[in-house]
Amino acid sequence: MLTSSKFPIRIAAVAALAVASSFGMAAQATDITGAGSSFVYPVMSKWSAAYAEKTGNHLNYQSVGSGAGIAQIKEGTIDFGASDAPMKAEDLQTLGLGQFPIVVGGIVPVVHIAGVQADQIKLDGATLADIFLGKITNWNDPKIAALNAGLKIPAGKITVVHRSDGSGTSFNFTNFLSKVSPEWAAKVKFGTAVEWPAGVGGKGNEGVSQYVNQIPGAIGYVEYAYAVKNKIAWVDMKNAAGNFIKPSADAFAAAAATADWASAKDFNLIMTNAPGAKAWPITATTWMIMYKTPKNAVNSKVAFDFFKWSLEHGQQDAAALDYVPLPPALVSKIEAYWASDYKH
Amino acid sequence: MSAQPGTIAPSLIQEQRSRRDARHERLFRWLLKGCALLVLAALLGAAGATLWGGRSAFATFGWHFLVSTSWDPGNDVYGALVPVYGTIATSLIALLIAVPVSFGIALYLSEVAPAWLRTPVASAIELLAGIPSIIYGMWGLFIFAPFFANHIKPWLTNNLGDQPDDGKLSWVAQHVPFVGKLFGSSYPFGASILVAGIVLAIMIIPFISSVMREVFQTVPTRLKESAYALGSSTWEVSWDIVLPYTRSAVIGGIFLGLGRALGETMAVTFVLGNAMTLSASLLDPGTSIASTIANQFSEASGLQKSSLMALAFLLFVVTFFVLLIARLMLRQLAKKEGS
Repeated sequence: MLTSSKFPIRIAAVAALAVASSFGMAAQATDITGAGSSFVYPVMSKWSAAYAEKTGNHLNYQSVGSGAGIAQIKEGTIDFGASDAPMKAEDLQTLGLGQFPIVVGGIVPVVHIAGVQADQIKLDGATLADIFLGKITNWNDPKIAALNAGLKIPAGKITVVHRSDGSGTSFNFTNFLSKVSPEWAAKVKFGTAVEWPAGVGGKGNEGVSQYVNQIPGAIGYVEYAYAVKNKIAWVDMKNAAGNFIKPSADAFAAAAATADWASAKDFNLIMTNAPGAKAWPITATTWMIMYKTPKNAVNSKVAFDFFKWSLEHGQQDAAALDYVPLPPALVSKIEAYWASDYKH
Repeated sequence: MSAQPGTIAPSLIQEQRSRRDARHERLFRWLLKGCALLVLAALLGAAGATLWGGRSAFATFGWHFLVSTSWDPGNDVYGALVPVYGTIATSLIALLIAVPVSFGIALYLSEVAPAWLRTPVASAIELLAGIPSIIYGMWGLFIFAPFFANHIKPWLTNNLGDQPDDGKLSWVAQHVPFVGKLFGSSYPFGASILVAGIVLAIMIIPFISSVMREVFQTVPTRLKESAYALGSSTWEVSWDIVLPYTRSAVIGGIFLGLGRALGETMAVTFVLGNAMTLSASLLDPGTSIASTIANQFSEASGLQKSSLMALAFLLFVVTFFVLLIARLMLRQLAKKEGS
């Protein structure tokens, strides 16, 4: 009886406090809304919690997919959109939008071959494309053996696993294949979803890693963090400079640093197959898309403050989630872009 | 108009009351009509919206949309045959498994089981019906598909399929037409049309069996006892008394389950393999209308989005035809009975 009579009072007190505090905050705090890419969702939620603690401003980020994010920013229902594929310069121009990268991540090919561990098997872009085109169908193919002198790869049927849902991961992966394989570029092209010439589709990174784990002889591609978490063997890739690279935060950062941002208007550059000697070839970023002349000046100001804080102070949080901080040169370039292109 | 009680003749009070009753009656009728029309409006609205959304796909591809197996966002060419086939094939497999099993469950619970067992099992079935489909999907992907791939599939491909591991065709594959094709597969994983059908069957069994159980209980004891008194076995009573008496409700329950199977999204997306290829084999991966939409809608734009809407409209059409066939079947049965 004692506890049951106490509880309602306590609940009421808490509720009253909550109401009071939310009213109190509403006076100064601003809620901003963003939507789009699911690739950045983990880091966005971490940042928004840390940022809310510091400033009292809340970010509501909806992980609805890049396409939906772009659609919503076009309709002006949100303060910023987030997309894994950059918008074209002329589209940005006509709509009065601007875009900039916020965080970098890597995509790694993963395999399930008996006795083969992470970082043991090596592939180059052309061979990877041939596997995904269904032209190389067995692990004992001489093209694979030629790249892996000294490694015994047991013969076995290759099963390609791709994403079944439209995704930025697929966008960047197929973009890389298009850059390294003329046949892929002509037949399949690149996009968030394509007509896969071979294989099965798993839903999301978790679906693909699950399929790869279960199918002997499978090859798929996932975000680096998923491969690390699920302990799937990843493949070392030959990059544009001709070096074999292990996927790592440094290799993703090297790709971001050596990508040719200077000649990319509105950061319209997909940084796969980056030229740097140590660059990981399948490195991706997510773009934040905002109106250059804000529809809601107050929210827009808070959003910029949030992005500035994220780029300058939130990168530790990003690294903890296996994203890669943007190189300092790129950060200052983004801040210069804000100053020159956006009206505050 | 103010009433003055006591001074008015009783007939006037009665008249007022009957007028009020008539007004309430009208209001009630409009309310009911509104409820019924709401369903109709929602249905027409959804069908119309998907048709409108898919108009550019229909305009671009015409009839080819229905017969093309291509789904190529890179070149903006789309066809619906693979997902439509996947939807129908998985739902048919689900029905083939779910209907006999549900019939058995319902008969056991209403005719055979001891009284103390009936309520707990019936509640368990209703609980099963309430499990979210994604749970079935995850169970299918993480537990059932690997089990199927390791234990059931090798037997099927070696004893029935036309692509056995040792290259020696079994008697069935050589002599029975189509079976070899249906079970021949070199694809090494479980997630496939057959597995999706089995998972769907497990999902719709609770629906079908609880409807069947409910209606089996409505059969008058008099009828059953008379049959027993004439020396009928339990099977004969079930088949000749219970089933004919409840036929239309049973078929209604089956089609409720089928409707769920046709539209099921998450579970199928997990266990169907999501491959946009048309294969005769039940052991190869495929795709369904609902899973294609779930997979691609969030990132689609332009013609791809329109094609997905057109797919949604086709799902309406498929469901409509299935229900139409159900109605025709019922009418045929009724005619045969002469009732």
